[in-house]
Amino acid sequence: MSELLRIDDIAVKYGNIQALHGVSMKVDEGAVVSLIGANGAGKSTLLKAIVGLEPLVSGSIQFQDSLIAVAARDTTQHFRFRKNHDILTTDKIAEQGIALVPEGRRVFADMTVEENLDMGAFMVRDDKLTARKKEEMYEFFPILKSRRKQKTRSLSGGEQQMMAIARALMSSPRLLLLDEPGLGLAPLIIQDIFQKIALINQEDNVTVFLVEQNAKIALRASTHGYVMENGRIVLSGPSEMLLEDPKVRAAYLGE
Amino acid sequence: MGSISEFFQHFLNGLTLGGIYALIALGYTMVYGILKFINFAHGEILMIGAYSGLFLFDYFRGDLPYGPLLMIVFFVAMLISMVISAVLGMSIEKIAYKPLRKATRLAPLLSAIGVSFILSNLAAFFWGTKSRKFDYPFDNTAYKIGDVAITPHQILILVVSFLMMVALKLYIDRTRMGKAMRATSLDQDVAALMGINVNQVISLTFAIGSALAATAGILIALDFKVYPTMGAMAGLKAFVAAVVGGIGNITGAMIGGILLGLLETFGVAVLGIPQGLKDTIAFGVLILILLVKPEGLLGKAEREKV
Repeated sequence: MSELLRIDDIAVKYGNIQALHGVSMKVDEGAVVSLIGANGAGKSTLLKAIVGLEPLVSGSIQFQDSLIAVAARDTTQHFRFRKNHDILTTDKIAEQGIALVPEGRRVFADMTVEENLDMGAFMVRDDKLTARKKEEMYEFFPILKSRRKQKTRSLSGGEQQMMAIARALMSSPRLLLLDEPGLGLAPLIIQDIFQKIALINQEDNVTVFLVEQNAKIALRASTHGYVMENGRIVLSGPSEMLLEDPKVRAAYLGE
Repeated sequence: MGSISEFFQHFLNGLTLGGIYALIALGYTMVYGILKFINFAHGEILMIGAYSGLFLFDYFRGDLPYGPLLMIVFFVAMLISMVISAVLGMSIEKIAYKPLRKATRLAPLLSAIGVSFILSNLAAFFWGTKSRKFDYPFDNTAYKIGDVAITPHQILILVVSFLMMVALKLYIDRTRMGKAMRATSLDQDVAALMGINVNQVISLTFAIGSALAATAGILIALDFKVYPTMGAMAGLKAFVAAVVGGIGNITGAMIGGILLGLLETFGVAVLGIPQGLKDTIAFGVLILILLVKPEGLLGKAEREKV
């Protein structure tokens, strides 16, 4: 399998607090990769760094073999006269084919389901294609179809999560990033959502990178896993192996 | 004059005044919706729009008599001034606000106040402080409908402001870029995740708001002349209208503007508030609204972002 996303030794700081310390990892094309870790370990920060919402202090990120993020300091050193040209802004990274379903879903609450999906298809400048994509999404998440004219704020948590995933899929991304898709949802709904994620991966060939506190469900859903503690990757390997790992079992599976 | 026609007369006068407030208020509210920032130079963009309109109109009109041709000249002058103001608004944003986007919230605010003074100073320096007359492009003799008098100028204001508000609402609700503006005002980061170029949306917002201000400036100028500080009070009151309607809310700005126009007119005419205290009404209403419903009529209480 070829490498779709490659993260090389990145560091991110919030003021004086270092959130990520030299994190390296990769996501292979077609895989479902999970990143587990406790609250505050730096998982969301990593996703934000990938989509350009957090600047890198050091290191670089490559997507499909081209650089999408590099530490500003390094840019000025290497490309003094082309400053910023090699750091893509979030919208340009989205155009490369990376979609993020953010933590807490962050649907456009004052917009209807349909308008949210339209926004997901902002980069698709073809009305017919957008309409077809929407129909696909309504078929995939039937509940959204019945809610299409409703403001998204009136949706339940599970519905909003589906809405956020559908919105991310509207642009037909190559890589889907999911930040805590199960957060705050009932177990049955979490199961439903992870089934959908598996389908998205298998049937639509979308590579998935998901971040979860719920280690069991994340590792079961993925082929490869990473464990993050205090801004560092402390363990990685095939998910089945991590599920059996005594340290993982003790720290994250409550056994 | 019967009391009903008297009522309609005041209503009409209030509506025209309110239409202008609404046009200006939209610029404040659109910018606030996206940047959470009050563009205090908005009134001066209006002033520059009025000057451009005046110069262009005087330049193109020649000796044209009243008639359709003169009206066309007037609208062409208005259109060009809208473009000039739009470019000015976008440039101000790029030069004076954008570099401060990550600074404390006070910084762009002070920068805006600075821009406002610089613009009115420059206008005074180049064009003098004496107010200039902006001639009506038509014979402004009032029509009488029963006991109610309506001037062609009032009709112009009503038609232009109504059309612009409807066009804006349709643009925001129906078009791809309009929806992108709404999305950006709701959640800038997530809008960027959708592939929306947030900087482009911000520029567009300033362009539209400034063009509307230019229109309002020209409409005001026909009655009240053109001078370097003309934008100050108009801008301040339209800002009040935007807050009253719920800052950040487009429909709110329209309603707030019209409401303020009606309140001022009826306050003077019906409640007998002296003309000299007219501005007290606007600011009295502002204080009242802030006390009773701080988020404004259609505004939503500020929520913490998840």
